[in-house]
Amino acid sequence: MSDLKRTDLYDLHLELGAKMVPFAGYEMPVQYPMGVMKEHLHTRENAGLFDVSHMGQVIVRPRSGAYEDAAAALERLVPASVLGLKEGRQRYGLFTNEEGGILDDLMFANRGDHLFLVVNAANKEADLAHMQAHIGADCEIGMIGDRALLALQGPKAEAALAAIAPQAAGMKFMDVAVIPSDFGDLWISRSGYTGEDGFEISVESARATDLARALLAHPAVAPIGLGARDSLRLEAGLCLHGHDIDATTTPAEAALEWAIQKVRRRGGAREGGFPGAARILEELENGAVRRRVGILPEGRAPMREGVPLFAAEEGGEPVGAITSGGFGPSVGRPVSMSYVPTAMSGEGTRIWGELRGKRLPATVTGLPFRPANYKR
Amino acid sequence: MEATKYTEEHEWLRPEGDHVVVGITSHAAEQLGDVVFVELPEPGTTVSKDDEVVVIESVKAASDILAPVDGEITEVNEAIVEDPGKVNEDPEGAAWFFKMKVDDPSQLEEFMDEAAYKEFIG
Repeated sequence: MSDLKRTDLYDLHLELGAKMVPFAGYEMPVQYPMGVMKEHLHTRENAGLFDVSHMGQVIVRPRSGAYEDAAAALERLVPASVLGLKEGRQRYGLFTNEEGGILDDLMFANRGDHLFLVVNAANKEADLAHMQAHIGADCEIGMIGDRALLALQGPKAEAALAAIAPQAAGMKFMDVAVIPSDFGDLWISRSGYTGEDGFEISVESARATDLARALLAHPAVAPIGLGARDSLRLEAGLCLHGHDIDATTTPAEAALEWAIQKVRRRGGAREGGFPGAARILEELENGAVRRRVGILPEGRAPMREGVPLFAAEEGGEPVGAITSGGFGPSVGRPVSMSYVPTAMSGEGTRIWGELRGKRLPATVTGLPFRPANYKR
Repeated sequence: MEATKYTEEHEWLRPEGDHVVVGITSHAAEQLGDVVFVELPEPGTTVSKDDEVVVIESVKAASDILAPVDGEITEVNEAIVEDPGKVNEDPEGAAWFFKMKVDDPSQLEEFMDEAAYKEFIG
């Protein structure tokens, strides 16, 4: 694993007994001795601490000094209302391409005089280059290299974080704040990737391990690896870029219409003006030919990524393939996501997944598999 | 009672007369992670050595268990189909997979004893 990068918490992961795997160019903990299933359940019942330092933390600063210029620039790449986002708030967005596909998904926050973005690890260099090329004239864009990113997720996350940063308890879902602490200024957002209440915490590299230790000292908090992170987000119906969404899937196909506010849609005050707008806006009005749905296998066998789906028990060509799938520990059964033809996307539609040469029945269902537990 | 044998595929084989009971080792169960699905063969199935007879899925991945020798599946452990987690709890005891009648007992001779298996897994 010599070419792989390590996060600031690498030594702590080893000390905690993590099993390390390569992920997006980093050596990351896939699980700790507790194991994926228990880590998943622990997060839903208590609180889990995740190292997500591999993700890209990006500052976008207007060269003019006027925040609105940076927000307007980002709107040229992201079909969301960036200008409409209030200071101290965060929103989910998509970088789209000219064909209407999704280059990456991201979180962006209004931090008063600049934007703070969190992008996927696997795409961060490409995202940076994309922004430099298209909005670099208006914005100074910089990847942060000296801060770690931790996620603290679960119903007891608030209590655990409040012991260190009491003001965090007053934040609501998708609020962002800079909160001073014994570990330096923490850049906190109340958000995450599990469907639970929780926080993402950016901390100076030099203080990251001490902060993680302090959080882990809380009796409710356990370290959680990428394995459980994946099953948690899957149950929450959240997309993993490169799997459930990519440069060939559009926002309407991906059922991410909610990430495009009215002001950017047809008839809106700032309609279009982002890559792929023609196709994306057309599909928002008239629908797409396929749609991302939940797939509930009727049996116990998980249908994982790549499993082909059929409209009938016998014959015919595949109508889609699973994009993410596995066992959902909290729902107690296998769960998957896939694109299916829109005509088959209605809840309750019967579909068959081919596993080991056998077609096994499944049901199309809405997402998420488990209702979210956000603090609105 | 004959001693338990071990395969390089991390199965344990417990001879019972002309039958053998088959399961996976604690080492294998630990490597697999939490088991969430088990598919067992039909009793009465005739199998050849290295036939894929069991499908086992953990939170991480799917894997197969191969028939260790030629013979006939005579009994399967439905309890682990109902509760796959048993495979992690007691892999070398209550969570056996299947019992099979062995055609040629000499096929069992090639497998490792406990000491050799321990060395094999390091």
